[in-house]
Amino acid sequence: MELRGKAHCFGNDVNTDYIISGKYKFKTLDMRELAKHVMEDLDPEFAERVQPGDFVVAGSNFGCGSSREQAPLALLNAGVGAVLAKSFARIFYRNAINTGLPVVVCDTSQINAGDELVVDLKDGMLKNVTQGREIPVQPLPSIMLKILSDGGLAEHFRKYGTFNL
Amino acid sequence: MGKTIAEKILSKKSGQNVFANDIVVADVDFRMGQDGTSPLAIRAYQAMKGEGICSPERAALVIDHSAPSPLEGVSALHTLMREFAQGKGIRLYDIGEGVCHQLIPEKGHVGPGSLVVGADSHTCTYGALNAFATGVGSTDLAAALISGKMWFKVPETIKFICHGRLPLGVYSKDLILFLINQVTADGVTYMAAEYTGEAISQLSVDARFTISNMAIEMGAKVGLMEADDKVMEWVRAHSDNKFETVKADADAEYFAVKEYDVSDLTPYVAKPHRVDNGVPVGDVAGTPIQQAVLGTCTNGRLEDLTIAAQVLEGRKIHPDVRFIVAPASRQIYLDAMDAGVLKTLVQAGAAVVTPGCGPCVGTHNGVPSDGENVISTANRNFKGRMANSNAFIYLASPATVAASAVKGEITDPREFL
Ligand code: SF4
Repeated sequence: MELRGKAHCFGNDVNTDYIISGKYKFKTLDMRELAKHVMEDLDPEFAERVQPGDFVVAGSNFGCGSSREQAPLALLNAGVGAVLAKSFARIFYRNAINTGLPVVVCDTSQINAGDELVVDLKDGMLKNVTQGREIPVQPLPSIMLKILSDGGLAEHFRKYGTFNL
Repeated sequence: MGKTIAEKILSKKSGQNVFANDIVVADVDFRMGQDGTSPLAIRAYQAMKGEGICSPERAALVIDHSAPSPLEGVSALHTLMREFAQGKGIRLYDIGEGVCHQLIPEKGHVGPGSLVVGADSHTCTYGALNAFATGVGSTDLAAALISGKMWFKVPETIKFICHGRLPLGVYSKDLILFLINQVTADGVTYMAAEYTGEAISQLSVDARFTISNMAIEMGAKVGLMEADDKVMEWVRAHSDNKFETVKADADAEYFAVKEYDVSDLTPYVAKPHRVDNGVPVGDVAGTPIQQAVLGTCTNGRLEDLTIAAQVLEGRKIHPDVRFIVAPASRQIYLDAMDAGVLKTLVQAGAAVVTPGCGPCVGTHNGVPSDGENVISTANRNFKGRMANSNAFIYLASPATVAASAVKGEITDPREFL
């Protein structure tokens, strides 16, 4: 699975209330509507600026906070191709895999906003094309790769009717 | 090799001999969803082409986050939940019953050794009953409803040993705010926390729930405690189900063991906008507040309301403060009524709202205005948490919240005891 996109940089501890505020998430199941407000409190122009396939790049503990799956879904629907962070909060990480949003654990400290990046999830390598350097990536456990490559847990269940990992 | 509580429960439920970092598919005893997460779970169920629910009697949906509905769009989602629950034979706790994390234990659905998944991050609350209970997302919930199973990475465990006894005016909320401050918001990420020691066994079961509830605020997957006589008595009073308690082995392997003596702990307050931003109450005493909140799944139990009532007995809320009280369940509401606790709170000036999440997550029931300070017994003070990113939320114990409501500024409750 090779992914390519531009970096949009954020800091540490980006919580689920920042990704999508509770004031929107309870109102609707329309993910395109939610996508308009993604990351709004941290970067009001993000939703307009992000191009399909672009990467959200963050520090540690990305996605801490609630279990709301609206967080990865709003990112996906805004066009985000993957989230790269030094570490993820557990439930967000799970939800991202389950909804089909690739999540990559790596050292993000050298990545700048606007850098063009290429990630290979299987081989565990991240290339910063702009800077001409490679960054090692923690490989995904096979169970998660399987769910992700099926397109998320819903697709996995649609295919097999139960866990087939 | 010995096992932690987490390793034992996941070994039993997966039928395999597993240790930290193994990945298993395990049988889940109970599944829960609330009104912020269930609608998406129903969508996921449909996307999965689900054809039924595995053991529907071992699942429940709860309408607590926006209850009663403040908006047409929310009402439609509630209707979706009611129809789904009725169609599938799943129990639904409707508006006014209470917060999911009070109801699931109170209605007897969980006990020692249970494996529970809930589509809500504070599902870890039931760890106080010796249950491996963890928050998952909506898609996970749908998969668990269909299959009765869930995949888990067996977590490593950090053990917290709390020595000594909490002094007068210092409560389990102060203790957990202190511990989170010590290890930070991601200090236990992807791991299990085990809480033990004299300071824990001294606590009532109500008070222990507060600690396990906030395990997620240190990043933990579960916040486990052993089941002692107090827990067994509590469980027997609420459930006819049979449970088997799970103890950690003496030679279990821990990622880390952290020891604290809490005999000199002071009341603690988490400053905006981070839960790990805790300080002794003295550091923020005098900060003016406009709203005080007593309730939520962290501190909306009878013991919490009673402690607040002790502080408020014969006193009045400061005229510049709005004091909002949300009992965690209908049962607690009734018990607080019978005990005269509710009367004391209302006489002091409380606005009591429907049992449920109350204003905790900004869906209704008291959204603060720009620039306002709120002191709350909840578990999160993130920017925008109560639906206004220009408000400031301080987290504290019921006693500190009540004392602060009286003085109109953050106040050390020991002045009132
Ligand atoms: S009371 Fe607050 S933290 Fe608890 S379940 Fe409700 S919204 Fe979540």
